[in-house]
Amino acid sequence: MIAIDPLLEGRLLWTPLLIVILKVVVVFVIGLVSTIFMVNFERKMVSGLQNRIGPNRAGPRGIFQALADGIKSFFKEDLLPSRADRVVFRLAPFLSFVPAFLIWSVIPLGGEFGPNDDGTLKDGTVVWFGEVTRVQLADPPIGILVVLALSSIAVYGIMLAGWSSGSKYPLLGSVRASAQMVSYEAALGLSLAAVLLSAGTLSTASIVAQQDSFVNWNLVSTGIVPFIVFLIATTAELNRPPFDLVEAEQELVGGFNTEYSGIRFALFFLSEFMGVVTMSAVIVTLFFGGPQPLFLGDVNVLAFLGPLSGTAWFALKLLGFLYLFVWFRATLPRLRYDQLMDFGWKILIPVALGWFLLLAALREFSPDGTFADSLRVVVISLAVGAAAGGLFLLALRVAQNNRLEADETPPTREGVTT
Amino acid sequence: MIAQAASDSINVAQNVGFGIIAALMIFAALSVVTTRNVVHAALWLVLVLAGVAAQYILAAAEFVAASQVLVYIGAVMVLFLFGIMLTRAQIGHEKGLNNPTWALGIPVAIVLLGLLAWVIIDAFEDDVLPDRGPTPTVALSDQFLSIYLIPFLALSFVLLAAAIGAIVLARKDR
Repeated sequence: MIAIDPLLEGRLLWTPLLIVILKVVVVFVIGLVSTIFMVNFERKMVSGLQNRIGPNRAGPRGIFQALADGIKSFFKEDLLPSRADRVVFRLAPFLSFVPAFLIWSVIPLGGEFGPNDDGTLKDGTVVWFGEVTRVQLADPPIGILVVLALSSIAVYGIMLAGWSSGSKYPLLGSVRASAQMVSYEAALGLSLAAVLLSAGTLSTASIVAQQDSFVNWNLVSTGIVPFIVFLIATTAELNRPPFDLVEAEQELVGGFNTEYSGIRFALFFLSEFMGVVTMSAVIVTLFFGGPQPLFLGDVNVLAFLGPLSGTAWFALKLLGFLYLFVWFRATLPRLRYDQLMDFGWKILIPVALGWFLLLAALREFSPDGTFADSLRVVVISLAVGAAAGGLFLLALRVAQNNRLEADETPPTREGVTT
Repeated sequence: MIAQAASDSINVAQNVGFGIIAALMIFAALSVVTTRNVVHAALWLVLVLAGVAAQYILAAAEFVAASQVLVYIGAVMVLFLFGIMLTRAQIGHEKGLNNPTWALGIPVAIVLLGLLAWVIIDAFEDDVLPDRGPTPTVALSDQFLSIYLIPFLALSFVLLAAAIGAIVLARKDR
């Protein structure tokens, strides 16, 4: 019914079934292990950046710290506030944990990409035990929409956690957290649209297959702007610093998770870290060619790994982004709530939308990509954009003046009722 | 795999799946109107909408299913919950949720059911639709940006009108 994997075409036999089960287990384990790794990585890196030692007691160089914390939170008392909505309170942590997990299923983790001998592009399929398959759990034709849909479901976890706690502070925290996530989702989608415009497909495997050299990476071929917008929107979507008002202890008792304790609190904590890893994987897939190698001249420096070199490249790029997110956290001061909203709605969304329109115009009117054509399109687009922006500012000023005039005339009894 | 086994007959697995999801949806839909808490009603409604998405996937309409999740579950219901939480977000049973004219809904629902059933039966009769697998997204977008362009634009104007209407209603300094 659903063309998600070449493996499943034809009759269903034992080998494909076992391969699928194996892939499910591997993806599950990768999700968990990468989260534990991320917790350690972040704590060690942040402590390094802040000139302190960080966890160093549990295991050599503190590598078992996350494990120890996990075991501790399993055995801690699990408080249920007396005014809480029991079912929803228990459900909410999973609503925020599971979507982050499921995103892994559409990320290409490896495979044979790159040009064939006859110049066509390989589509990333590999042959395992005589079966043609992909190094990814599923490759639905709507690939990247699955990522968007799952990240929009993750809002429910935070929203319901705050509501079901039966207390005012978590409720306020969750309302503004979900407002933040919903706002930045728009910028996320718009910058993604630029990638889809250049790729012409929604399938993650095809998006990766097209980025076969550095100039074809979507980072370069869409201009660097969609990547920057996507990165910022992702950081906000994940409630990571500098957008971490959701759990800004100084401002709001603690945010949506104030009433949570024990393993339920740990699930929220883990889902944030897992979100960082999965969204880094999405960024690598969309903008950095996923498992495609970065050639130095003609040399693939990881080629000695053979069939695993794609996975190694993927892991290397992923690690780069994990470090970037940690670096953000250690460097940038937190935004104020009004700055956060202004930044999302007044800067990110217009920039993403304008860039998308510019790319569309370039594609339509400068299909050969000659310099003269492109320059003409860019100049005309900028002129149109400036005219539109000017008209919009004019409208704003007129509206503001009208409002000021209305304020100066004292409201009469009729004026109030109409 | 399953699609090929039943290219010219009725697909049994698909029908069983349809039945199970439909039963869940009906239960969830009844719960929407019988539950005594507004937030719970909204959550049951999420389940109904998710069931619709699942039915789309069964019918090999993946793109529509993804759009259903993105638009209805990811945006519309989140706004619903938002509205509820900014106004009345009590925990536990609430009184006065029933509208005194609730019984009027029953005949409306029956008429709607009859109308939809009649339209579908009239159009397809006993035809068994060919099992073509999923429609590529490219084919879909070609359709609604060419021959269905005007309905598509008209629909987006309806949304624009709704947005402007909401702003006008919400503004205090009229």
